[in-house]
Order: sequence, then structure tokens, then C-alpha cells
Amino acid sequence: MSDKPEETKDDVGTTGHSWDGIEEYNNPLPRWWLWTFYATIVWGVIYTIAFPAWPLISSATPGLLGFSTRADVAADIAAAAEANSELETTLAAADLTTVEPGDPLHSFATNKGAAIFRTYCSQCHGSGAAGVQAAGYPNLLDDAWLWGGTVDDIAWTVRHGIRNDDPDTRWSEMPAYGMIFSEDEIDAVVQYVLSISNQQHSAPLAAEGEPLFLDNCAACHGDAGEGDIYVGAPNLTDAIWLYGGDVETLTETVTNSRFGVMPPWEPRLSDAEINAVSLYVHGLGGGE
Amino acid sequence: MSSTNDAPVLYAPREPIFPRRVSGRFRTLKWWIMGITLGIYYLTPWLRWDRGPEMPDQAVLVDLADRRFFFFWIEIWPHEFYFVAGLLIMSGLGLFLFTAALGRVWCGYTCPQTVWTDLYILVERWIEGDRNARVKLWNAPWSVRKARLRITKWIVWLLIGLLTGGAWVFYFTDAPTLAADLWRFEAHPVAYTTIGILTATTFIFGGFMREQVCIYMCPWPRIQGAMMDEDTITVAYREWRGEPRGKGNVRRRSMEEAMKAEAAAQAAGPGQQARYPVIPMPGQERTREPVTTGPGDCIDCMACVNVCPMGIDIREGQQLACITCALCIDACDDVMEKIGKPRGLIDYMALKDEAAERAGAEPTPVWKHVLRFRTILYTALWSLVGVGLVFALFIRPEVEMTVAPIRNPTFVIMSDGAIRNAYDVRLLNKQHEARTFELSLESAADLSLSIDNGSNLTVEVPADEILERRVYVTAPAGSEAASADRTELRLWVEDTGNANRAGVDTIFNGATQ
Ligand code: SF4
Ligand code: SF4
Repeated sequence: MSDKPEETKDDVGTTGHSWDGIEEYNNPLPRWWLWTFYATIVWGVIYTIAFPAWPLISSATPGLLGFSTRADVAADIAAAAEANSELETTLAAADLTTVEPGDPLHSFATNKGAAIFRTYCSQCHGSGAAGVQAAGYPNLLDDAWLWGGTVDDIAWTVRHGIRNDDPDTRWSEMPAYGMIFSEDEIDAVVQYVLSISNQQHSAPLAAEGEPLFLDNCAACHGDAGEGDIYVGAPNLTDAIWLYGGDVETLTETVTNSRFGVMPPWEPRLSDAEINAVSLYVHGLGGGE
Repeated sequence: MSSTNDAPVLYAPREPIFPRRVSGRFRTLKWWIMGITLGIYYLTPWLRWDRGPEMPDQAVLVDLADRRFFFFWIEIWPHEFYFVAGLLIMSGLGLFLFTAALGRVWCGYTCPQTVWTDLYILVERWIEGDRNARVKLWNAPWSVRKARLRITKWIVWLLIGLLTGGAWVFYFTDAPTLAADLWRFEAHPVAYTTIGILTATTFIFGGFMREQVCIYMCPWPRIQGAMMDEDTITVAYREWRGEPRGKGNVRRRSMEEAMKAEAAAQAAGPGQQARYPVIPMPGQERTREPVTTGPGDCIDCMACVNVCPMGIDIREGQQLACITCALCIDACDDVMEKIGKPRGLIDYMALKDEAAERAGAEPTPVWKHVLRFRTILYTALWSLVGVGLVFALFIRPEVEMTVAPIRNPTFVIMSDGAIRNAYDVRLLNKQHEARTFELSLESAADLSLSIDNGSNLTVEVPADEILERRVYVTAPAGSEAASADRTELRLWVEDTGNANRAGVDTIFNGATQ
């Protein structure tokens, strides 16, 4: 296009500013623009007076309108709780075995239960509920339950916990066989347990361990080692191990026994919350 | 004008513009376009479209609450928002294309700012009279008559603004219901707020800011410069034909004198003001010599300036403020007819042609201006997106499923030693009736499928909903998949009603340490 300037000094004049001979054309801004600019300044001043704005050491100026996002959130939470209060009441008294998926109460309960699980249970059982085998926190996703996997069993466990001071708590205790058996006997029992769970083992040692098992362990774990949910005795024949199923871990377990503890949640969670988290855990894929 | 010693004016008040009435080809075209675009805008929400029970029967509806967009027979769900994005890209490319070929036609004919300003000026003219009357009224001191005219005008403007804002909200909810609610003051406050804001902006932008919006607030005039070149067809003044301006020989003589005076002034030094701002047409050297063959056709009647809604003089050449609305063409053609000269002193033309005509050459045919690399490129891109969208529209699956493998934990050992993976499967039912879907699994490995541990693999998804279910895939103890790192599998979902299927590939994680 043209290499001539489109505008000349004669057309618009200059502002009178000149730097090294370079002059500035006078192309004034529209005046309304200036007034809009002033208006935004006025607006800004009013805004900082009306709303929380200026930072102080540990807070901020409150503003004349009393606006607070924290209060807004509190009001929203209160409103949500109010809206859900009827479901809460129903849930607290519900017969959990009849709450089916698809029921609005079920989706309310499992969503609520998921939040409770993340808050109170995930520290031990993991956020995905897969437990921590090394520490003996049970995996809640599989189909093996120490104390029963019906939703009512789960609710009882949540309410009263395991091996704690609650009078109704789940309780069982395995003796530390290190005090009772010789090391050889412990080795034999371990080999026998490996054999009944279809793992590699030494057949002669296992044969030695069998009578020891039947005399000492079968009372809780059952003659075939199938476990007993009434005393929380784990099934020793399946593929699932609370603490691990290798020789070393089994030896450790038999020698010193295990004493896993879960707190009772009754004093800390409401009936509705216990029901919610029980339904959630039951729905994780292993519930009976 | 100002000498360099005066204090500069940094902020200028708006120069009021009083566009004169004009009639002609382009004005008529503009009336038609105004009628059609406003008609589309105001009436579209009222078009009905039967979609069956429980579904909105509005042809065009942006249902924000349910996150659905209905456009006649097309229904767009949130995850298909690429359609809207695609349409926006097409609008952008379309704008590039039209600007490259025809300059600011969008601005001059269809831009809402132009259309409503035109409407407001029409109202202004009806109430206060044409240009001369309006100038007189503007300069007159306040009187009962002036106040009456002003207030009537503002009320009509406000009513138009109200209708403008009112029509907008109908796109977002059922129009007849909202209209009744609005009337009874029972509608949602958001509706009233939206109407209020749009009424105010229409009133202010169309009534008072007008060309200021186009010149100072709109980014498009700045961008469009990159779309245009000397082949772009735009409104221009045939300077070679018009200059020197004036009336007949008298004019010619005075012009020659003026030219001499100007030349003398130029020789005397800078700071002197020419009678007309001398702005060369881009792409040409402006000749300052009087045209010896006689006076030009422009009689300097100022008709073109008086009708211009942007308040500019097109004879000064291309300028940012010109929206190529062609009203100056209509005005000047009228004048040319009266003085018995051919039309087209001001015309839609390419700047190249002005130069060619000046040199006595034939102008390039219009199609050669229009068909050039950049317009073809824009058209190609535009069509590419368009074809893509149409294609996407037709291959939109009847059945849709998404599968999200659960990674916390990646697998679970079951008591019999089997390895189980979990997946969150979402099924979309875009039809307006409940449908039953059946899930199945396809894999080279020995894998089995269950939903929530049940044996039933069918799921009923309610009408118009998305259902999410936890699905489990299990590899038996000791199987290859149970110990392999990853095994590929495909989940199928089939509509039991019509056997439409969709498959999603995913991965099974084995129990590797
Ligand atoms: S309307 Fe035509 S003749 Fe009149 S001043 Fe404008 S260009 Fe010249
Ligand atoms: S110069 Fe002509 S085309 Fe440009 S805005 Fe004014 S009237 Fe419209």
C-alpha cells in the first residue's frame, strides 16, 4: 500500500511533544472514555468500602455490606442439611438389607458413605478401600470377610470396632505360639498351612504339622482351616491373607500372634452416618 | 488548525452525527436485511418443534439447566460441545472470507450494532425529522417541544431495547411459559436482570454511542485490516473522476487558484492547512496537479458526508471508521443522476481498479478480485470444518459408552485366587424413551464380566439420561490374564431394542508385583 503517511501534521496538529525531532500527532481520545475511566475509579473506591477488600494482618476490612463467602458457604451447607434432613432420619432407622440400588435413599447413603469413608476410614483401609496388607488393614474390595460381609455384619463392625473397650466389640485373640511351640513345631504348622492353601510346601513337614494344627488351631480356624466368621478367624485355605501368606509372615504370625484393632465408631458417628458408610462399604464389590 | 504551541486537547467530545435520509439500491437492501435479521432474532424462539412427551417443543433452545442444546432436529449434549465450537470457528472463518472478498460487509449490513443503530436512527427521524431539523433541534435551547420530542424518542428507544433484551431470554427457556411468567412478574430474577442489562446496553449503544462503538470499542476494525488488501471490494471514491471538485468552470478556475495557493503554501513551509485534507488513496500516488481535461464530476454537495452514519468523508480515502454500508453510494448516485453524470462516482470497487482506471486501463473483473488465494483458502478451511461437522453429525453413535478403569487399586485378589478389575461404565441414552442395554466382553483371554457382582448383564437407562455402573472383569486363578501385566479387552454395549452396538477398548491389569 501507500508508503506515504496517511495523516499529516497539518491535518491534526501535534501535541507539541517532540523527542529528537519526532513529534506526536494530536489524536485526542474520546471524552466519554475519560469519564468511563473516572467512573471505574469511583466504582473501585465504593467497591472496596462496600465489600471486604483491604488486607489486614490476619483478616481483611469487612466491608459495609457484611458480605462473606464463608457465611455464604455456611448458609449453603445448612440449606443442604435442611433439605436432606428427611433422608437422614429415614436412613438412621432404615433396615439396611432392604435399601436397594436405584432407591434415592441408596444413592444418598452411598454418596454420604463415600465422604465418611474418606474422612474416617481411608487412613487405614486406603482411599480405594484396598487395605494395607503389610499392616494388616483388611482389603474391603474382595470377597473375604473376617467377621461377615452382610451389610448388617459390616454395620456392627463399624459401630463397635474390633478388639477395643466397647462392650459389644468384635473380639478374638490368637495365642502367641512362640510361648507354646518349639521352633520346629512352628515350622511344621506353617508348612501345613501352606499346604492347605495350595502353596509350595514341604510335604513331610506339613504332615508333621497336621496333628499340631488339628489340636491347637482347628478350634478357631476349623478342621479344614476354613475359618470362622463368628470368632473372626481367617480362612487359611483361600488366596487372601490379612498379613501375608509367605513362610516368613506366617512364622511371624504363629510365633507372636496378631492383634489388629479398629476403633468403635458409635461414639463419633451418628446412626445415619454408620448406616451410610456400611452401605458404601457393602457396595464396594465384596458385600455379601 | 492547532499550532504546535497550543496546549493539546487530549480528550475530545463526541461530534454528534445527524445522518440524512437516503434512498437507493443499497438502502433498500439494508432495509430488507434489517427486516430479515430482526425477524429471525425476534421470532426464532417462538418456533415449535415436536420432540415427543417430556421434551421441550421449542425449535431452538439453549437449556442450560439440563445442559442440552436443541436446534431443530439436532440435540447437542455437553460432551458434544465441539459442535458449538465448530460453528464458532466456521463463523470466524466466514467472517474472514467475507472481509477478504467484500470488506466490512458484516459491519455494514448485519452487525447487531449497525442494525439496531439503523433502527434507532429511523425512529429518531420519524420523531424529530430529517437531518436539518435534527441539527436545528440539537442547537435549540430546551423548550417544551424539544423535551417532548426527546422524551418520546427515548421512550420508543427504550421499548425497542426492552424487546431486544426480552427476545434474548426466550432462547433459554420455553418461550410461551416465560412470556406469561414475565408478564405476571413471576419469572426468575436472572431473566429480569438479563432483560434489564440488554435494554440498557441497546439504549445506550444504539441511541447514544453509535459509531463510537464501532470506532473505539469494537476490536474487529483493527483485525479486519489483516484480511483486506487492494483486491478487496470496498466502498471507494473514484478520485480520478471526481477531482477537482467544484461547480463547472467557476469551480475549475477557483480550484486551479487554490492549487496554486496550496503549492505556494507548501513552498512557504509546513504548518499551513490545505483546504481539503490531502490523503492519498492507498496504492497510488496522488496527483496534486489540476486535471487539465476539465473539472471532475464531484460537485462537492456533501451529500455523501451527510448520509454517512460514521460521520466520515469517503472522498478522503479508505479509513478505519468506514463500515462499507454504501449509503454514500446511494446518495452520490442520486446526485449524479440529477446532474446527468454516470453513476458510480462513489462505488463498491477494489482499490486496484481505481488505480487501473486512473491509468486508463480496464478494471479487473469482479470474479478475479473475489477468487484469489486468500479467499479460496478461507473457503477451503470453512468447508473443511463444515464437512467435518456434518460428518460428525451423521456418525454420531446411537449408543454411547465411556469406560473408566478404576486405578485405586488396579486389581483385587479374590478368595479363590481370581484377579478382579473394576471399571466405571457410563451409558448414555440420548433417546427420549428408556432403553435396555446389554453389556458383553470380548477378549482373547479367559475373562468374565459382571455388573455389581450380579449375573444380570442388562441395564435399563432411563430416557435422556446418563447411567453409571460399576462393572467387574475377572480372570480365573492361575490364568494367563491373572498374572500378565496387561491384557487387552473390549467392552461392548448393545441396545437390546435395535441391536445398535458400541465398543470401547480397555485394559485388564493382572496381579504382577
Ligand atoms: S455526493 Fe457525490 S457529488 Fe456530492 S460531494 Fe459526495 S462525491 Fe461529491
Ligand atoms: S463512508 Fe459511506 S460506506 Fe463508509 S460508513 Fe460512511 S456512508 Fe457508509
